Amino acid sequence: MYEIVRKEKLAPGIKLFEIKAPWVARKAAPGQFIILRVDETGERIPLTIADFNRDKGTVTIVAQEVGYTTKQLGRLEPGDAVLDFTGPLGQPSELPDSGTVTCIGGGVGIAPVYPQVKALREKGVYVITIVGARSAEYLIFTGELEELSNEFYIATDDGSRGCKGFVTGVLQELLEADRSIDHVIAIGPVIMMKAVTAITRPRNISTTVSLNSLMVDGTGMCGACRVTIDGETKFACINGPEFDAFKVDFDEQLRRLSFYRDPEAKAMAKAECRIRNAKGAE
Amino acid sequence: MPRKNRQDMPLLDPEERVLHFGEVALGYDEEKALAEAERCLNCKTPLCMQGCPVNVDIPEFIAAIKEGNYDEAASILRRKNNLPAICGRVCPQENQCEKFCVLANKGEPVAIGALERFVGDYHLARGEKPDRTGERKDQRVAVVGSGPAGLTCAADLARMGYQVTVFEAFHKPGGVLMYGIPEFRLPKKIVEGEIEYVKSLGVEIRLNTVVGKTVTVDELLEEHGYDAVFISTGAGLPYFLNIPGENLNGVYSANEFLTRVNLMKAYKFPEHATPIMVGDKVAVVGGGNVAMDAARTARRLGAQKVYIIYRRSREEMPARKEEIARAEEEGVDFRLLANPVAIHGTEEGWVKEIELVKMELGEPDESGRRRPKPVPGSNFTLEVDTIIIAIGQGPNPLIPRSTNELQVTERGHIVVEDEKGRTSKKAVFAGGDVVTGAATVIEAMGAGKRAAQAIDEFLKAYF
Ligand SMILES: Cc1cc2nc3c(=O)[nH]c(=O)nc-3n(C[C@H](O)[C@H](O)[C@H](O)COP(=O)(O)OP(=O)(O)OC[C@H]3O[C@@H](n4cnc5c(N)ncnc54)[C@H](O)[C@@H]3O)c2cc1C
Ligand SMILES: Cc1cc2nc3c(=O)[nH]c(=O)nc-3n(C[C@H](O)[C@H](O)[C@H](O)COP(=O)(O)OP(=O)(O)OC[C@H]3O[C@@H](n4cnc5c(N)ncnc54)[C@H](O)[C@@H]3O)c2cc1C
Ligand code: SF4
Ligand code: SF4
Ligand code: FES
Repeated sequence: MYEIVRKEKLAPGIKLFEIKAPWVARKAAPGQFIILRVDETGERIPLTIADFNRDKGTVTIVAQEVGYTTKQLGRLEPGDAVLDFTGPLGQPSELPDSGTVTCIGGGVGIAPVYPQVKALREKGVYVITIVGARSAEYLIFTGELEELSNEFYIATDDGSRGCKGFVTGVLQELLEADRSIDHVIAIGPVIMMKAVTAITRPRNISTTVSLNSLMVDGTGMCGACRVTIDGETKFACINGPEFDAFKVDFDEQLRRLSFYRDPEAKAMAKAECRIRNAKGAE
Repeated sequence: MPRKNRQDMPLLDPEERVLHFGEVALGYDEEKALAEAERCLNCKTPLCMQGCPVNVDIPEFIAAIKEGNYDEAASILRRKNNLPAICGRVCPQENQCEKFCVLANKGEPVAIGALERFVGDYHLARGEKPDRTGERKDQRVAVVGSGPAGLTCAADLARMGYQVTVFEAFHKPGGVLMYGIPEFRLPKKIVEGEIEYVKSLGVEIRLNTVVGKTVTVDELLEEHGYDAVFISTGAGLPYFLNIPGENLNGVYSANEFLTRVNLMKAYKFPEHATPIMVGDKVAVVGGGNVAMDAARTARRLGAQKVYIIYRRSREEMPARKEEIARAEEEGVDFRLLANPVAIHGTEEGWVKEIELVKMELGEPDESGRRRPKPVPGSNFTLEVDTIIIAIGQGPNPLIPRSTNELQVTERGHIVVEDEKGRTSKKAVFAGGDVVTGAATVIEAMGAGKRAAQAIDEFLKAYF
């Protein structure tokens, strides 16, 4: 059992959990992820490591409630525990040592950008951070990121905070203003990462993206996480999750993520009543 | 007096069994077990034992059955085999112990496996625990992977008094026994029972620990105070065909398919949260036990039509005859001498059909089996919505990548110096599928046993 020591509600449907997992904390690095299972009948779900504290032996994750398991997790409180917690999995990010790096986070993807910005700043890299969300209330980690980054920009779809529009708009403006950017890291919805790549590719600005494929084991034994990189099949869990964006087949990714949409919807319908029943029993 | 015929194994009716995941082979009752035990000649030179990689004292345990002393039979079995209820079910006995039985000449060897299962189940039901009065040694051994090789090595070392920790990547121990072999052939309750027995010998199992990620082999030796390591991580990396369309939705590796169903219990979705999608028409590619398991699982998940696609002919199929027969009884349609060349999908990216080419058999290859070659211009298609690739697995690269001085072959198998499992790295031993490639439960157990001996010798010499 892995105890939850801290929980914070960051935005509607987005929650942070600091979890006691000393073995994972000892080895964790930016870019890596964990797989957890809430209880005995639970599904294994991957979540990116948003922070870690080796002294305390804790790992922080940020989960957006999109379906059964993330909602199940969302109901847990400090003092509760998750049954299984495995990691750190995947390759650590390969971060540049110098130059100017633009880190782009969209939605819950802002959380995994945070340890990267932190690590880059520790190396003395100049970091321009751009974060985006549907509206102001869905933004997370803005205080921390603003403080860490050399420059910090916000975009919201509805203009409720920062620029109105998408993170790509901000990136485009920076580039049109002839700002020199050596590398871009983009983490967020596949659509966002694809759009960022559409901007950086013609300018030949090397770009890293993090692929959230479907996963089961996270150790290379099932192949559920297959992604096509430069025409070759790779397993996101052991070769990734971060890849050179210019080589990624984003359209295939989008298709593969829809694999379980129908059964998941069915599970939610059933779960909603289970959740309600559980509430009623309290 | 004429010898009695071999007692047959009672089976569930095929029509009933495709409706659920209950065990197909029902096992002997006491009467059948006694009748079958009577058939054993208690040979002075028991040839059967040559066929058993862990050297079970076959005539001896069968003699105890004859006397009705099942506890004694169990302790004789457990002397050599820590997992009898499992081996009795899944050993390919026709190629092992039973093949060498003197009665095999007449085509009816003693049903050693069925008797072993009978005793194993009896003992599990009794829930008896071993006595642990032996001396405790100070040395610590880390076993990586909790499949049959790791469990056997751990159990034997614990019996010798060593302090053993098994590190397992998954949230449940058992390896292929837990995530691969389906419930209807090997109930998970049985596996859990056998693992409880191993734990009761004093073995500690640490789950959710991916060696190579959470901790490395080097760290286990240098920082965590282990004196030796046994690597038994199996052959879990699935091979794909590398044909167009293989990443369409609806294409699974057998590993993913079986793991979702067995380990994650997707057949109980949504009570268990992991989903599985199986359409009406399923093609399973491959001709081994894994392919049979996937095909039979697909039937139970409601697929109306299940094909097995295999590029050679029936004679070359590596699956057990028995498994092929069971699959056939359950309505699986075998399309032999056919090889996939492409998978075609719908516009939304879902599997629509599989394109195959007919094959013919040419000259024998290194394995002695006739090499299949495509017949030009013979392409045809089958309409399917789910495809399961079961063409084999290789070893996982996580440990070789993260361990200094550990030699592996070109295909990633760990190189061992001798049958005792010594690797190129001091204090590190390996055995099971990670060394041999996909093999059998009992061979993995044999490797685990021999490595336990070697580790004991190493620790005695070194400390
Ligand atoms: C390496 C990796 C890191 C991740 N990091 C984070 C993270 O830090 N925070 C976070 O909130 N989520 C993260 N995810 C996504 C997270 O794993 C999924 O949201 C989660 O598995 C959904 O489970 P569920 O049961 O709640 O929803 P489900 O009921 O399984 O799914 C609900 C909906 O979400 C879609 N979905 C399912 N899995 C994914 C996925 N992997 N990516 C995108 N959509 C999916 C489904 O198709 C469905 O439409 C990560 C995924 C990967 C592979
Ligand atoms: C579907 C299927 C059906 C089969 N049917 C039969 C049968 O009927 N009869 C028979 O005799 N054989 C059968 N086999 C073969 C048999 O199961 C294997 O040969 C045997 O399980 C190999 O044992 P092992 O201990 O070497 O490895 P495995 O059983 O593969 O166990 C390896 C364990 O190591 C863990 N692991 C891997 N990497 C790491 C890591 N880095 N850190 C920590 N843990 C790790 C894995 O999670 C796993 O639990 C079948 C195999 C499959 C896949
Ligand atoms: S362990 Fe397997 S091979 Fe050995 S005697 Fe038992 S059934 Fe036969
Ligand atoms: S060879 Fe056959 S008959 Fe002889 S002891 Fe072994 S099982 Fe019994
Ligand atoms: S998640 Fe199973 S291989 Fe990547």
